[in-house]
Amino acid sequence: MRILVVEDDAMLLDGLKVGLGIHGFTVDAVASCGDARAALATAEFDALVLDLMLPDGSGLDILRELRRRQDATPVLLLTAKDTVADRIGGLDSGADDYLGKPFDLDEVAARLRAISRRAAGRATPTMSWNGIELDPGRRTVEIDGNPVGLSRREFSILEALMRHPGAVLSKDQLADRLYGWEEDVESNAVEVHVHHLRVKIGRDAIETVRGLGYRLRSA
Amino acid sequence: MSSIRTRLFIILIAATTCIWLFATAWIYLDTKRQLQHVLDTRLMEAARMVGSLVTSGEIALSARAGEAPASIPLPEPTHVGYERQLSCQIWSFDGRLIGRSSGAPEAALSNESSGFSEQEVGGEPWRVYAVADREKGIRVLVGDRLGLRDRLVTDLVRGLVLPAIVVVPLLAFLIWASVGSGLRPLRRLTQGLKARGPEDLSPVSVGSPPSEIRPVVDALNGLFGKVAAAREHERSFTAFAAHELRTPLAGLRTQVQVALAARDSETREGAMRQTLVAVDRTSRLVRQLLAMSELDAVPDEGEPQDIAVGRAIEDIAASLRASHTDVAVEIDPALHRTTIRMNRELFHLAVRNLHENAVQHSPAGGRVRWFLDGSASPPVIAVEDEGPGIPEDEIGQVTDRFFRGRHRSAVGSGLGLAIVDAALRRAKASFALRNRQDRSGVRAGFAMGSVGAYSETGSARIAPSANN
Repeated sequence: MRILVVEDDAMLLDGLKVGLGIHGFTVDAVASCGDARAALATAEFDALVLDLMLPDGSGLDILRELRRRQDATPVLLLTAKDTVADRIGGLDSGADDYLGKPFDLDEVAARLRAISRRAAGRATPTMSWNGIELDPGRRTVEIDGNPVGLSRREFSILEALMRHPGAVLSKDQLADRLYGWEEDVESNAVEVHVHHLRVKIGRDAIETVRGLGYRLRSA
Repeated sequence: MSSIRTRLFIILIAATTCIWLFATAWIYLDTKRQLQHVLDTRLMEAARMVGSLVTSGEIALSARAGEAPASIPLPEPTHVGYERQLSCQIWSFDGRLIGRSSGAPEAALSNESSGFSEQEVGGEPWRVYAVADREKGIRVLVGDRLGLRDRLVTDLVRGLVLPAIVVVPLLAFLIWASVGSGLRPLRRLTQGLKARGPEDLSPVSVGSPPSEIRPVVDALNGLFGKVAAAREHERSFTAFAAHELRTPLAGLRTQVQVALAARDSETREGAMRQTLVAVDRTSRLVRQLLAMSELDAVPDEGEPQDIAVGRAIEDIAASLRASHTDVAVEIDPALHRTTIRMNRELFHLAVRNLHENAVQHSPAGGRVRWFLDGSASPPVIAVEDEGPGIPEDEIGQVTDRFFRGRHRSAVGSGLGLAIVDAALRRAKASFALRNRQDRSGVRAGFAMGSVGAYSETGSARIAPSANN
């Protein structure tokens, strides 16, 4: 899951980037409204973590612009202003959730999973497809009840594919989910990870659609 | 009695009663004297009249002894209660009563041969006028009862006092009511003030207060305004402070959680290092908040003293060196020959925060330079950094509390320059901040006294010491 964190405090931004990375998110971190707009224009994110008070404007502006464009990317507001009025204002501006500072890192991760789950229209926390059971919270994968150990990247690819079962995801789209900007991506990195994934969950589980990308084999 | 109303009431009623009593006494005495005079004149006239009537023979007198005295007609009294005011007797020189008016006593009214006299007749005091006619050999006595005279005066005074007895309570009621209505705005003011809660600092409204109470209302409203402003300032400061503390605390918590959750030692160490920085930063923020609230709270900052500027800056820079090893700090030797007369605490606060600010915005390998600008008068103690400078449109705002501009440092709180500004203001020193002309960076300077572009404030002077 690739998320964008917009927070002007360098220390907190670094903590969120590293911490949410540990939780399995691919995190892009920016510190201003301008950078956030640039990031949103160039990449697709599964969720947004947004601070309200930024040096060049309010996070609410970003949020409103997003919603005006009919962009339904789930947004978690993270802010020091957490009076009831602030919460109501934030949620009514189109936010999906609201957390006051200081917060618990695990809770941020859980809420991000929850709002993206809801955005995808799923009610259950786990995803299943053809006997494959994926739990984004506990970061576990089971095939017919047997646990399978996946690396972080492998897990992310499987998660991305299971999020849109049957849909074709291009190598670039998958790479986007796997890597933030600052990471160097080998040209065949996605292929390598898909290869490893197939070894672990079964050759036929992932189909290659020539010239387009990958998708989960239909039942 | 401390109530204005009661006091006014008592004074007014007592004064009214006194004036009335005095007037009554005056009228009583004066009337009595006048009445005496009028009635005496009447006695005299009546006596002469009777005498002349006897002389002209219009009154027949009993000439012989043993005959009953002739009756002298006197006008019948018209007023009830004052019957038989006058009595008349005519006596022969040989002591015979030869004529008297009806109702006049038989005993002689007076023994005097002529003039006024007072005498007890039949148990009653009389005032009598006697006139003698030597030709006819008679004496005419005309008298009236003194009791009657007194009754006249008493009746007159009663006529004065009775209405007073009725009017005084009425007057009392009027005074009480009008003083009460005059003081009503004051009472409304009191009730309004009593009824308000501790949070209510809105201006008092008493409708249209009388001119005596208006200054009180105005003064109260002025005070309320000031208290409300101070309260608002405090509240916004507290809210800001709480808000500003939350972000570093969130950063701290997140970094600690990262350290706990990290699977590799590199991530863990990185998080621990960040935690350390976050703790330093948070404690700096707390220190600055305390400094700020102290600057706000302490009304008097004590005596100014001579401070060796170079030495003081050196000490402050040395105490802060540990956190910024990659920034070179240079102190102009001229500063070592300079003293400034200023409160030490305020000087320390200003220099420390200026220095921190300069160092924080310096790039690695940058240089922070403290120097004395002797071209200005009085000379300016200034510091220059090689940081990104301040966007021109933000220069006016950087001394606002918690303002953090676009070129913020990672560890800034938005309080440093606000503290510098507040401390120098308290020390009555001038403070100026501008971007460097020669390169990017900020030049901040302060001086005691007024100089060119530096705003005028204080009276003390910075003075380079004579020797050394």
